[in-house]
Amino acid sequence: MRDIESAGSTPFVIVPPRKIWTKVLGAIVIILLALLVRAFWVGDIAWSYVGDNLFAPSVLKGVVGSIVMTFCTMALGILLGVIAAIMRMSDNPVLRNVSIGYVWLFRGIPALLQLLLWFNLALIFPTIGVPGLFSFKTVDIMTPFVAAFLGLGIQQGAYTAEVVRAGILSIDKGQTEAGLSIGMTPLRAMLRIVLPQAMRVIVPPIGNETIGMVKLTSLASVIQYSELLRSVEDVYYVNSRVIELLIVAAIWYMVVVTVLSIGQIFVERHFSKGWGGHRPTQPAQQTLAEEAA
Amino acid sequence: MDALITAVGLQKFFGSFHVLQDVDFAIAKGEVVCIIGPSGSGKSTFLRCINQLERIDSGYVTVDGEMVGYRRDGHRLYPLSDGEIARQRQAVGMVFQRFHLFPHKTVLQNIIEGPVGVLKRRRTDCVQEAKVLLKRVGLAHRADAYPGELSGGQQQRVAIARALAMKPKAMLFDEPTSALDPELVGEVLNVMKELAASGTTMIVVTHELGFCREVADRVVFMDAGRIVDSGTPGEILENPRNPRVKNFISAVL
Ligand SMILES: Nc1ncnc2c1ncn2[C@@H]1O[C@H](COP(=O)(O)OP(=O)(O)OP(=O)(O)O)[C@@H](O)[C@H]1O
Ligand SMILES: [Mg+2]
Repeated sequence: MRDIESAGSTPFVIVPPRKIWTKVLGAIVIILLALLVRAFWVGDIAWSYVGDNLFAPSVLKGVVGSIVMTFCTMALGILLGVIAAIMRMSDNPVLRNVSIGYVWLFRGIPALLQLLLWFNLALIFPTIGVPGLFSFKTVDIMTPFVAAFLGLGIQQGAYTAEVVRAGILSIDKGQTEAGLSIGMTPLRAMLRIVLPQAMRVIVPPIGNETIGMVKLTSLASVIQYSELLRSVEDVYYVNSRVIELLIVAAIWYMVVVTVLSIGQIFVERHFSKGWGGHRPTQPAQQTLAEEAA
Repeated sequence: MDALITAVGLQKFFGSFHVLQDVDFAIAKGEVVCIIGPSGSGKSTFLRCINQLERIDSGYVTVDGEMVGYRRDGHRLYPLSDGEIARQRQAVGMVFQRFHLFPHKTVLQNIIEGPVGVLKRRRTDCVQEAKVLLKRVGLAHRADAYPGELSGGQQQRVAIARALAMKPKAMLFDEPTSALDPELVGEVLNVMKELAASGTTMIVVTHELGFCREVADRVVFMDAGRIVDSGTPGEILENPRNPRVKNFISAVL
């Protein structure tokens, strides 16, 4: 109290804290980073190999393979996830339990194991087909691409189902009822009214899982699918530059993930329509003019 | 009387709780009926039964002579499919206490969603009609706004237009002004008065006794799941004979 009184009429001055420890910590981190960069620079890495192979056709083919696989598996995963989520919330106990069983099974088995099971399906079923109509040899159908697509896509669907269900649960029941009240069937209200709104909740975790999937496609290298990791492995089996080529792969994964992260921002923006924020609102003058008209 | 909507011996339970106890009701074409009564008396549940948002446990509802929710064959009733129930719901418009506009669609898209998406009518015709409806509820200049950019009163007027766009035979209102700030109540009631004056069949659950007095052909008082009394606004609001009605009216005023 006495302090305040004695300040009199002279204004108070706020003295910013000096944050000395922030500066010290920053300096330490910079030094450590510099040491790390130096270690890699002087270490036994032939950087020229990194540069030479970064845009090598076989590596680029691997990048494309990884991207294609990511999109295919995520498309399958989202499709299965939406179907499983809607089944899970159905009144029909058969549909509900099928969905629960699907999520339980495919979330429980490691992805790598699922890939190997699909790839080796021929050991269980030498042929696939409808007896009397047609039949194929399983080894012909279960190419590395198909095995990776099914293995990763189906297990992704099990995860996505839970994400979609959480999104659907976040939407007020009144929205469904409003849809029903203008003559929609429950399914139509789900697809037209509830799901588009749920997307706002669903998209961020799906974006996260897409980025996870980019890296998960590297598992497909064990069943000979020519994705990024596989393609750099093929190169270093020949020239023995293991670390250099792994660095090439790491750079490409980082590039793809960065591009996807930026894409996610735009997708989220699209689905937040109507929640204020990004849409320019009508200019006030125009509103007034129309009102007067 | 050629009733547009009837309810006969309606019973509804939530678990062991008896929400609607033997409700009989009828409304003629062009009639405006206000339902009043204390909170929890089953007014909303009754409206929701008419529109099949709640399953009826016993008794039945007809709309325009057609039994709701079931196909009748002699003394047997067969539940209708989702598609047929959806078709029946088209005949009855519903306005909710909390609007329930589709927030991801603009005002115009909200209104044409039913006629274009459900009735599969031509989009250009529906847009034309939607603009007429918007003018009718006084919001012609807000067609491209999102619901989140509108006041509560404006949202409720859009919700009324959305229901009207289906050209329903009757409109149900469940406390349409209860979620509004007092100064916005009037603009919604005015739209409803205009609807009533133009001959729309309306069932209105409301606490706005002034509106009942002015607009209703008949006032129905519900308490504890039953219709306790019903009559002209004068009979129910001015000189209620039933002591429970009398208590309620004096408490609200
Ligand atoms: N889905 C439900 N499950 C269980 N009980 C319910 C459900 N919906 C309503 N009820 C109960 O049924 C009773 C009647 O509800 P209803 O909403 O029809 O009353 P109301 O007359 O509309 O009241 P208010 O004026 O508060 O809106 C209430 O006691 C309510 O708690
Ligand atoms: Mg109510």
